Amino acid sequence: MDQKKLPRQLFELIRRTSTDLPPDIQGALEAGARREKSGSSSRTAFRTMLSSVELSRTEDVPLCQDTGSLVWHIHYPDGSPLLPVEKEIEKAIAKATANSLLRPNAVDPVTGKNSGNNLGPGAPVLNFHPWKKKMWEFQLLLKGGGSENVGTQYRLPDSALGAGRDLDGVYKCILDAVWKAQGKGCAPGVICVCIGGNRDTGMEEAKKQALRKLDDVNPDPDLAKLERKLYTDCNKLGIGPMGYGGKTTVLGVKIGKLMRHPACFFVSISYLCWSARRCTMTIKGGKAKYSN
Amino acid sequence: MLPTDEKTIRALKVGDEVLLTGTIVTARDAAHKYMVSKQPADLKPLLKNSVIYHCGPIVKKVGDTWHMVCAGPTTSIREEPYEADVMRIYGVRGFIGKGGMGPKTLEACKKFGAVYLHATGGCAAELACTMTEVLEVRKLEFGTPEAFWVIKVDDFPCTVTMDSHGNSLHDVVEAESRKVLQKLIG
Repeated sequence: MDQKKLPRQLFELIRRTSTDLPPDIQGALEAGARREKSGSSSRTAFRTMLSSVELSRTEDVPLCQDTGSLVWHIHYPDGSPLLPVEKEIEKAIAKATANSLLRPNAVDPVTGKNSGNNLGPGAPVLNFHPWKKKMWEFQLLLKGGGSENVGTQYRLPDSALGAGRDLDGVYKCILDAVWKAQGKGCAPGVICVCIGGNRDTGMEEAKKQALRKLDDVNPDPDLAKLERKLYTDCNKLGIGPMGYGGKTTVLGVKIGKLMRHPACFFVSISYLCWSARRCTMTIKGGKAKYSN
Repeated sequence: MLPTDEKTIRALKVGDEVLLTGTIVTARDAAHKYMVSKQPADLKPLLKNSVIYHCGPIVKKVGDTWHMVCAGPTTSIREEPYEADVMRIYGVRGFIGKGGMGPKTLEACKKFGAVYLHATGGCAAELACTMTEVLEVRKLEFGTPEAFWVIKVDDFPCTVTMDSHGNSLHDVVEAESRKVLQKLIG
């Protein structure tokens, strides 16, 4: 890590995350467009998404005006000082906001005042994880507010859904959440789930699933099977892009798990909009590499 | 062409694709609360026969001039408690947003002659390209996402998903997908 280079590297990570769509997501949107009928509103919606992404890349402007909340996961060599890094992240965020790469999205809930620079209590969300490697890894997720609003948490058993404390119950919760979201979270989204954990850790882990690539395979065979089944069945709902109706309602389903308290069984669901802005920067020997 | 009139709006049906040209006004959460609770007189001539856009843009000021950098639609359902009153008080003829709105708004669209226009969410760069000029901004103290931005648009693309005859594409998709859901989860 080169402290002098870090400000520019962090700014670049934010710029890339805000203005560029990951290739796996783009591929899924292209496949979605091909599945819809020619001349339908759903086909038009996919085409508009893809052309807007292209325009954002060439013009270097954010993909979406809602540049979301900034969620960071930072892996660092064990023992490294973190406070200077935290300060540099905050500076990079303020600079990116002043440069119209981020919309000011931090609002005081009591006074209604927007801090104007995306900083304040709880903003940004920083998670530091020590590891034994010598390099740093910065993962950034820009999580939009519209999709955040359709996120939800179930407590099993749920008698209204007939959902018990097993994977079949989990399946019912996820389908129900996708149905309730309709097009409101900017469908087709990636459905990010955590089974277990507490109220807070469950939601955190669900959102962490948003960092996974669409084509990765869950190392847990039970969860891998559930992800595949839910991907197929969610797409049978027919909600389609933006809720116009159509064959693609979700781009993927990603499920993690955490140990639960014997009394608790939570299913936490975070909806990632189609404009799934995630990017990873690794820094080794002062040199940064970016990949989304 | 905007502003518009009741006859033009009544002729629109669910599924119609529309290109808007003229003046639109952005308003989202804080603005809606303000419009209904304070009912400021200065907004009335601005909003009569006009179209409100549910949008919190990214803007840039160059010299004294504001520019729209990114300006896609935000989720409209949050304005469901207010929109019927906005139609009654201000005579607004249309609302652009995403995700659709509920029964109270649909009923008011029928009563007052207004439509809901759906724009593609997340396509903020593409939509900003149709915005040729920022004419003015009001209530900037709400913060840039929440202020009223008065914008000139040229061929802003959207689709009628709720018309003034009681039809809503969102209700249809919700009902159809509910049938599938019930089959899947029993």
